Amino acid sequence: MATTRIQLNVNGTEHAVEVEPRHSLVDTLREACGLTGSHIGCEHGVCGACTILVDDEPVRGCLMFSVQADGKQIRTVEGLANNGAFNALQQAFHEQHALQCGFCTPGMLMLATWIVERDTPVSDDQLRDLIASNLCRCTGYRNIIRAIRAVLDQSGNAEAGP
Amino acid sequence: MTVIGESVPRLEDRALLTGIGRFAGDQNFEGQLHMRVVRATVAHGRILSITTEDAAAMPGVFAIWTGADVADVPPINLRPGSALQDLEKCRQHILAQEIVRYVGEPLAVVFADDPYRAEDGADLVWAEIEELPPVVGLMDALGEFAPGISTEPAVFEKSYGDVDAAFAGAAHVIECELSVGRHAGVPLETRGALAVWNEAEDRLEFHAAAKIPHTNRIALADLLGLELEQLHLFEGHVGGGFGVRGELYPDEVLVNLAAMRFRRPVKWIEDRMEHLIAANHSREQTHRIRAATDAEGLILGLDDAFWFNQGAYARTHGATVPLISATMLPGPYKIPAYRTTGHIRLTNVTPAGTYRGPGRFETTFVREQLMDRIAAELKLDPLAVRRTNLITSDEMPYERPFEIGGKPIFYDSGDYPKSLARLLDYVGYDALQVEMVARRAAGEMAGAAVICFVERGGDGPFDDVRVEMDAGGTVEIITGVASVGQGVETVIAQICAETLGMDYAGITVTHGQTDRIARGQGARASRVTVMTGNATHKAAMGVRAMLLAKAAELLQSPVKTLDIVDGVIGVGGMSGDGPSLTIAEAAAEILRHRDASRIAVEETFENDRATYSFGAQLAAVTVDPLTAGVTVERFVVAYDIGRAVNPMLVEGQLVGGAVQGIGGALFEEFLYDENGQPLSVTFADYLMPTAAEVPDVECLVLEESPSTTNPLALKSAGDAGVTGAGAAIAAAIGAALGQPGAITRLPVSPLRLREILRKPSQ
Repeated sequence: MATTRIQLNVNGTEHAVEVEPRHSLVDTLREACGLTGSHIGCEHGVCGACTILVDDEPVRGCLMFSVQADGKQIRTVEGLANNGAFNALQQAFHEQHALQCGFCTPGMLMLATWIVERDTPVSDDQLRDLIASNLCRCTGYRNIIRAIRAVLDQSGNAEAGP
Repeated sequence: MTVIGESVPRLEDRALLTGIGRFAGDQNFEGQLHMRVVRATVAHGRILSITTEDAAAMPGVFAIWTGADVADVPPINLRPGSALQDLEKCRQHILAQEIVRYVGEPLAVVFADDPYRAEDGADLVWAEIEELPPVVGLMDALGEFAPGISTEPAVFEKSYGDVDAAFAGAAHVIECELSVGRHAGVPLETRGALAVWNEAEDRLEFHAAAKIPHTNRIALADLLGLELEQLHLFEGHVGGGFGVRGELYPDEVLVNLAAMRFRRPVKWIEDRMEHLIAANHSREQTHRIRAATDAEGLILGLDDAFWFNQGAYARTHGATVPLISATMLPGPYKIPAYRTTGHIRLTNVTPAGTYRGPGRFETTFVREQLMDRIAAELKLDPLAVRRTNLITSDEMPYERPFEIGGKPIFYDSGDYPKSLARLLDYVGYDALQVEMVARRAAGEMAGAAVICFVERGGDGPFDDVRVEMDAGGTVEIITGVASVGQGVETVIAQICAETLGMDYAGITVTHGQTDRIARGQGARASRVTVMTGNATHKAAMGVRAMLLAKAAELLQSPVKTLDIVDGVIGVGGMSGDGPSLTIAEAAAEILRHRDASRIAVEETFENDRATYSFGAQLAAVTVDPLTAGVTVERFVVAYDIGRAVNPMLVEGQLVGGAVQGIGGALFEEFLYDENGQPLSVTFADYLMPTAAEVPDVECLVLEESPSTTNPLALKSAGDAGVTGAGAAIAAAIGAALGQPGAITRLPVSPLRLREILRKPSQ
């Protein structure tokens, strides 16, 4: 099948890759860019394990074709830690036991990154609603919500009330 | 030094939080082929022909196999020791031979140089199938399922006491039919496998193995005609297990067979639709149960019959789920006489195996709805009926006079009424019920209910652990256990750290590698912390004895005066003034005169008794009268684990399990149409709970009744969250409706609940 050359900026690094038009963005990140942190859980846009940020918006990596991401800035879980040191969200997930098998974790972290970076106050109900975008089969969500809440509280993005 | 009992953060987290995990899909081997399975699209039919020419002509397609190509491979065996070997004749071939029996059954496999191309090829494999009438209903009339095989290939009875006398002397007989739908564990990572033929070592290597690598090694070597030494399994990260992932399925055998035949690496990752129609289903069973009670609601006897939907074939678990169902149904209540007959049924749907809390989720629902029905008929408080029947502390240890897998059902310890009281205190039960009465009086459908259960875990028969220490004092623990995400590395390191008096954080736990330790039992049946934990303690005690002996010699102090604190060996553990040396110094000294780089102590912990622990759960729900939707306002799990190695991880198991169970109680179900076509093939049909459907589950981790079956006094955690969830939600809905015992089937979908709402209240 014919291929197209596209340019992706992933976590600040430029990747020029050959892709088929049908290749999903998450497949390209995993196979062509070698970044296997973004996981494939359903390939139909429900589970959110492949959630990444494309131009700082959360996107299902399985529902976007790679060619649609040509020239875009992409952020994945591999870009969160700073020289091996956890960022605030990773640290909170670690401390609050917000992961078990860890398969949904990269998608949860990227969704959470978007939530904490939005600079918009988030109520508890809104946070629960936002996290409902992604599935976790291990944790029952409680500790994921606690971890994100802890980071929101540190950054002053908690809302006083409804 | 106490690290057992501390909620320390996990050793597992770093790789998983930074995106450098090694899940099945993350691993690749040079020159690998990708396998794609072609699956049956009809529920029952005779294969007339399979055309592969068009597929074979596709670019990148390397080979295609149909049933004829693998006819020499025997069907996949039931696990050795699995009871009811009658099911042997119902085993599944790795590719269908002549007949297909469920939608999703592997018909052919395509191997190509790229996963997209393998899928292209699979699309062009055409099977001509003459459709045959399918068996779809669990309770259909008996018939022939396959030549010489009945739709009911096995029936068994479990009983004790004089059931007939109990019914003859009963003041009341309460009877009901209760069913649980078809669910599965559905881990977020789909199944996957990579196999490599290692030419230099003349052996096959199966990567991305899970759950029970050593068990699968024996079974797979047998199927493939390899010597045991010619096969090794390697576990990477596993994206959830729940009983489903890591069993030996046709797909995994095909990958390994292909690598062996092609002498080339082969990789297979299933997609989600395949997972939902091909990996083991579970749960589906219908009970017809009768209770004989006295005038006060004390149960004199239970008489039960149930039907379990095994699907189209028997798989590795054999009759595990129905046998556990039969033996765990009585749960935490006295029940002096009991009889059940288990009917294993074959139908043309995806085969069944275990799913977290096998046999307990189902029978806890059945038993607890029965308790509510007894309360309703005798006009008693549902909680009072439970209290009347609970086994009391002076009856402990409590033996049910029957066995499972050759072992007695022996509740080792517990004070069930006290643990129940702790839950009631915690939730403010009386005030909560007053509030619910007021809300119902105001027209709201709101209710709360408590259910009770007994959990089983810590299953033997053995576990081996080797503790190794190098001259720098660094410890590696090697075990045949497996990780499915539950935190095994952390817990095992904690137990070792406590025993050796050192920090847990520097300890490496190696698991699931069959070339590192000869035997292993894997991660199943909530057994890891109990079995591997005690084996670790034993082996670490051996290392400790060696260190102390060497220190005694060097410090010229008797061993009994020495202790190890924070990695320092000294008199009385005081590392300040007195003479002392570090663990590393002692280890280096031991190794100085030896031809080895590591101290190694391997120990076996054997146990033929399971642990049994009590739990109680409270659910509070509201029902929307218009949509018949259920909102779970509050969910609390109280669980007497005896002794928690890491309370934070115990809570993690309880909360996660409870939410999975709420899914089974309200949303999740594999449905089929009358032709046996699956209707739940995406995450838009098989509805797992998101954060929006569940409350923050609350936990009460009790440490009241340590186990008497093992030296560390540990009990299990893995299944306790899920076990009572279906029962608790159903009971709470019954309370909300003002009709305890009204729920007859899980999940309580809006459609089913609307039918109940439309019926005039009794």
